[in-house]
This record gives sequence, structure tokens and C-alpha cells, in this order.
Amino acid sequence: MARIIVVTSGKGGVGKTTTSAAIAMGLAKKGHKTAVIDFDVGLRNLDLIMGCERRVVYDFVNVINGEATLNQALIRDKNCNMLYILPASQTRDKDALSQEGVGKILDELKKDFKYIVCDSPAGIEKGAHLAMYFADDAFIVTNPEVSSVRDSDRMLGILSSKSRRAEQNEEPIREYLLLSRYSPDRVKLGEMLSVDDVQEILSLHLLGVIPESKSVLNASNSGMPVILDEKSDAGQAYADIVARYLGEDRPHRFIDDKKGLFGKLFGRK
Amino acid sequence: MSLLDYFRTSKASSASLAKERLQILVAHERSSRNQPSYLPQLQKELLEVIRKYVNVEQDAISVNFEQNDTQETLELNIVLPDHQKTS
Repeated sequence: MARIIVVTSGKGGVGKTTTSAAIAMGLAKKGHKTAVIDFDVGLRNLDLIMGCERRVVYDFVNVINGEATLNQALIRDKNCNMLYILPASQTRDKDALSQEGVGKILDELKKDFKYIVCDSPAGIEKGAHLAMYFADDAFIVTNPEVSSVRDSDRMLGILSSKSRRAEQNEEPIREYLLLSRYSPDRVKLGEMLSVDDVQEILSLHLLGVIPESKSVLNASNSGMPVILDEKSDAGQAYADIVARYLGEDRPHRFIDDKKGLFGKLFGRK
Repeated sequence: MSLLDYFRTSKASSASLAKERLQILVAHERSSRNQPSYLPQLQKELLEVIRKYVNVEQDAISVNFEQNDTQETLELNIVLPDHQKTS
């Protein structure tokens, strides 16, 4: 049975697209046929993060409007043949996505794919609403920072009242916390909310902590999901997250400042 | 108290301040999230009715909606002016 995962946050710039790209690649690498959809109509960026921006011919809206078939629009990833990308349209028409159209495409994808990852745009407008509406699981990407935590809580409210599962009184969406851009050393100094603080406020199941990492920018510069950078801490954090989501029991990492005096003096990569 | 302690406790860390502010805010926003959408309209109409008989201020009336597992409570609180002449 296919599962639809929405990657959402409310606030912008917290790492939704980075996360969508990484977990979609992670799931595909584990052998599950996965599609990742960019819901940010008008501001498409997932293609750039996945490194397939020059291969976009048709997009999500073309498929909804019947101007292209799903197979024509889906782009097979160059690193993993189990992963397909459905890019967003660059149209400025806000109403290009309809609930009916999105539902139809997701139903079609469900026949062929194990996981469908929906990369939500920021905000709580139509695109964000449609990205989460059909979801089975929600990955809430949060930064340890006041506005991000507040927006995440608002998204939780929307997930529990405005989603298909909520409207049809089905089992609620499973919600998971992904705490990104985490700096253990700043937490230690009392300058940043700790993972326990954020969990206490949001009362969410923690799927993983992604440390603030230079490798994220390096990965997006080169159009490679950061999870493929297996040596990087962020890449490993996402690999852990995918494994935990699939039911593996892995201890949490990157929460404590493990750098000793030696590490502090000479730095880490 | 040692000198070191003085420096340590003189200022709460910014993270604990953030946590405190968020806890208050989130609790408040969660409680209003479950309120029925007719509440503001109800409050407005109630105020109009009451004003027919008593001269009360806009903020003299508060409508509170509370919900727990077993029941929902609608609490209405009207503060009447001190020396009210009834007609």
C-alpha cells in the first residue's frame, strides 16, 4: 500500500525542499519506488535541488490540465532509478492546482509507487493546503527558533482539522518532528532551544535531528540531495531518519556537542 | 553565593526565555483553535442585546469556550457598570 508523505513547516527557509529531496532519495535507495512532487507552484525549486532542472519538459499543472501524461512529466533521477521527480509549474496562476486534479494524480501515482513525497510550499495558502490534504504521514520540519516552532504548531492544527483524513474521520495523519539546523554547541550555551524543549512544546514524535551543516549548501550547489554525501553529518542524519521511518531502531545522533578540546581547536570538516 | 554563581544566574539564557514565551503562546493558540467559529459573532450579538437594557462597554463582555473529554462549556461573563439606573 502506497503512503503519501507531506514535508511541511508553515515557515519558509527551514529546509523543506532539502528534506524532501533527501528523504525521497533515501527511500528510493532503500529499494522503494518513490515519487517526489514539488507543490510550490510559481516558485519551483525541487528540480534544482535534485539537479534535474534542465530535464524539465512538462510539469504538475500540465498533467492536471491533461496537456501531458504523468509518464511524460515524471523525471527519472540520474542517481537512482527508483526515484522520480514531478516538478512544479512556473505559472503565476494561483488556482492552477485543484483538489480534484491533485487527488486524481496522487491516485494514479499510488498504483505504481510505494512512497509519494509532497514538498509543501511555505505558508498556509492553497499549495500548502493541497500538499498536506491527502497525506498519510507528515514530516514537520522545524528549526529551533521561536517563529518556526510557532508555525509548526499552526500546521499541526491544520493537519488535524483540514486534511482528508480529518474530514472523513479516518485514523489521523501520523506526525513526525524533524528538527533541522541544530547547533549542539549553541544549545549548550543556552542560546538555542534544545531538542527536548521543542519536543515538550510541540509534543511530537522525534524522527531525527539534522545538525547545521556546511554540506547542505554544498549539496544544493551541485544539485545532489545531501543524503548522497554519506560522509557529511547532515547526510548521515537524513539516512538515520529514513531508516527510523522504515521501522529501524537507531539511536539519535547529533544532539550532543561531541567535539572535545581537540576538535574545538582544530575544527571538524 | 559565589561570584561565579552571580554571573551565571544574573541573566536567564535566551533559550529558556524562548521556551517560556512559546509555551504560553502555544497553549493560548491551541485553546482558541478548538473554539467554534460562531463565537465572535455570538459575542457581538449578545453585546447588542445587552446594550438594549444596560449600558455596557465593548470589553465588559467575555465569552469563553472550554472543552474537555466529557463536556463543552460556554462561559459568559458580563461586567455591569457600578451605578446602573434601571429603567
